[in-house]
Amino acid sequence: MSAVITASGLTKRYKSALALDNVSFQIAPGRIVGLIGPNGAGKTTALKAILGLTDFTGDLNVLGFDPRKQRGKLMGDVCFIADVAVLPRWIRVHEVVDFVANVHPRFDRAKCEAFLARTKLTPNQRVRQMSKGMIVQLHLALVMAIDAKLLILDEPTLGLDILYRKQFYQHLLEDYFDENKTIIVTTHQVEEVEHILTDLMFIRDGKIVLDSDMDAVGDRFIEVMVGADKADTARALKPLDERQVFGKSIFLFDGANRAALEQLGETRRPSISDLFVATMKGTYA
Amino acid sequence: MYWLVKREFWEHRGGFFWAPIITGGVFLLLNIMGIIAAEVIGAQHGINFGASGGLRHVIAEMDTGDLSKVGFALDMAMYSAMGLLIVVLGFVVFFYCLSALYDDRRDRSILFWKSLPISDTSTVLSKIISATMLAPIVAVITGIIVGMLQLLILAVTLSFHGVNVWQLLVLAHPFRVMANLIGYIPLYVLWALPSVGWLLLCSAWARNKPFLWAVALPVATGLLVSWFGIMGLFDLPTIWFWKNIVQRGLFSVFPGTGSVFGHQGDIAVTGNQGMDFMDLGNTYQLLASANLWIGVVVGLGLLAGAIWFRRWRDDS
Repeated sequence: MSAVITASGLTKRYKSALALDNVSFQIAPGRIVGLIGPNGAGKTTALKAILGLTDFTGDLNVLGFDPRKQRGKLMGDVCFIADVAVLPRWIRVHEVVDFVANVHPRFDRAKCEAFLARTKLTPNQRVRQMSKGMIVQLHLALVMAIDAKLLILDEPTLGLDILYRKQFYQHLLEDYFDENKTIIVTTHQVEEVEHILTDLMFIRDGKIVLDSDMDAVGDRFIEVMVGADKADTARALKPLDERQVFGKSIFLFDGANRAALEQLGETRRPSISDLFVATMKGTYA
Repeated sequence: MYWLVKREFWEHRGGFFWAPIITGGVFLLLNIMGIIAAEVIGAQHGINFGASGGLRHVIAEMDTGDLSKVGFALDMAMYSAMGLLIVVLGFVVFFYCLSALYDDRRDRSILFWKSLPISDTSTVLSKIISATMLAPIVAVITGIIVGMLQLLILAVTLSFHGVNVWQLLVLAHPFRVMANLIGYIPLYVLWALPSVGWLLLCSAWARNKPFLWAVALPVATGLLVSWFGIMGLFDLPTIWFWKNIVQRGLFSVFPGTGSVFGHQGDIAVTGNQGMDFMDLGNTYQLLASANLWIGVVVGLGLLAGAIWFRRWRDDS
């Protein structure tokens, strides 16, 4: 199967800044891609371009459609959860279910009601009476009942407590995701998505600085814990990053020789958040 | 489209449904209070119309011409209920149009609506239908019910004074009144189009305060035109501008303004006794005026602009 998204030379300029700077990437079906970057790096702009919500220059193909010109058709196959609380505050649970059931051809009402039955939401409840967590539950129930090919999540768990956050990703993996679906997620809570991602993309200042699948990330980046005596040897190998823990130094290497590093100390796969911090060093400076 | 309009109704149940009902209720209440007050004052001063059967004699002695005037007066009682509702409807539609494409941008729920496979054209279309058809239909139905109740209250009151209720009601033309009111709606759609277009355009375009933009822009331009006019700099048609741009652009959402301002008094009033001003034969003469059709064309242009901004406005 061909790529779900193909972007080449994507550029978007706002008045003051370049939000996307000649970005090119491909996303294959059946992947869960984490699009991760600091605030203002262009994540949301990239998602908006994919959803046809903003204009841009360059070529972009999403599920065979041009989001600028064929947005109506595209949205039949794409679902989208922006950061919490974008459900209209006046709407009631049964109203929003009725509405989506009647305007979305791929919506499965029974499925949605089954998801809702697992929550405390009642049909007559209005969105404005719900907590953030409940709003996300409702939105997720709607979205998971839609048999879309591409699901885009923009900071979906922002402001939720840990119970809701865990539950959110768990439902998504267990009840929604399969090899025909693709999920793109942006978040700052990297630790939470770390274990579900199949692909990782770092974006910084409108450019993609890392685009790799998780296995390759594990091969390419290595973290070594080195005692004080060998620290200078490690530094000579040009690590990406160095930090101190309990008198030992932890070095992060990009594409170094694994055997050589194992001589220096205990090696392991770095966490995405450490990798992120190392890659984005100096962003706000 | 049905569901899109239904969605509008859910969101604006207060304006579309409760506003006319409450207005109608208040109208009836005021009438009943007025009648009771009149009765009490009448009783205090020892005046009692019906007791001696005087009023009955009055009616009995009327000729056909007088009777049709009574019928007309009763029709007017029915229309009067509508009058108040029409003013309320005008305000509801005005503010609905201003907020229709703005509120969801402000609270960002536009991101939810736009995540569904609905084209921006259908979204805007559903708002036009809600403003120009749904709201007036609800108002007219309410108006008819209130009007009927009003007739009934009058009839019952008079029956206490010895006047036969049914004899009176036969003189009224409730069905003709209904037909006239319902038949006026399509005309309203056409007449209101430039206003609806302008207000929706502002609603889709303004980054904030759509009301200010919608009102201030034409008024400021009008003032500028007047100012140049006063100084005699350019020979600008000041009055024409105020009448045809400012007033037409902002106030055409108020039903009936088409019949009041839409023509230059050249409409021949037809119909029996020349009194039924709401007769469709009269109101529809507006279709012959260029003003209406120019408005329709301009309105469609403004709506196309609103759809374009709805599609591309990127600020959430």
